[in-house]
Amino acid sequence: MNRWRWMAGLILILVLLGANFLCLTLPLVYRLINILLFCVLLLMFRVARGPTAADRIVAVDILGILITGVCGLLALTTGRSFFLDIAIAWALQSFIAALALAKVLEGRRLND
Amino acid sequence: MINHWLAYILIFTGVTFDFFGVLGLVRLPDVYNRLQAATKCVTFGSAGILCGVFVYFGFTPAGFKALLCTAFILLTSPVAAHAIARAAHRSGIPLAPETVVDHYAADEEEKG
Repeated sequence: MNRWRWMAGLILILVLLGANFLCLTLPLVYRLINILLFCVLLLMFRVARGPTAADRIVAVDILGILITGVCGLLALTTGRSFFLDIAIAWALQSFIAALALAKVLEGRRLND
Repeated sequence: MINHWLAYILIFTGVTFDFFGVLGLVRLPDVYNRLQAATKCVTFGSAGILCGVFVYFGFTPAGFKALLCTAFILLTSPVAAHAIARAAHRSGIPLAPETVVDHYAADEEEKG
């Protein structure tokens, strides 16, 4: 059972990454963005399936950092710099959200 | 032209680190192991991508925005990870069965 799940996950990863690299007309930066979006898909699995609440908090925190990287690659693709503004704002927001969720998980008062 | 190649090398390293960090987030058995793998790899991955964007754009406003975002990620991500790990341990989330030592619980008992 466990081995079958392992094989299914490996086949899923190989099919998605292989389809990404076999498409010949795609520019290089778009392929890198596709890899990052595939990472976001794996993170969504952890958010949906996390056994405890702390797993979901970790996944949401990492999601903010990944979106920052995607914004950097989009700025490099389109040549416009406002994506980096979005990246800075998203990193700030993600940090504050992670601290607040950790405080809620710890279960004490907010003015402590 | 040489700085474009350097930028692409940095970006490719960053995307690789992102992918392996998220793979560790999915595969490892415990909240604390997942937090360790994800935070180290994803922080260096996204910081590498933004460093690559800085090298690509050079000393322009967009490049300085990317550098600012890199510094911000490198400053705030360990703080968020520490807060989440502390909150998870204090709210009583169990460790993996293979764990051999837990110094934080021993310190808490010693302190009273």
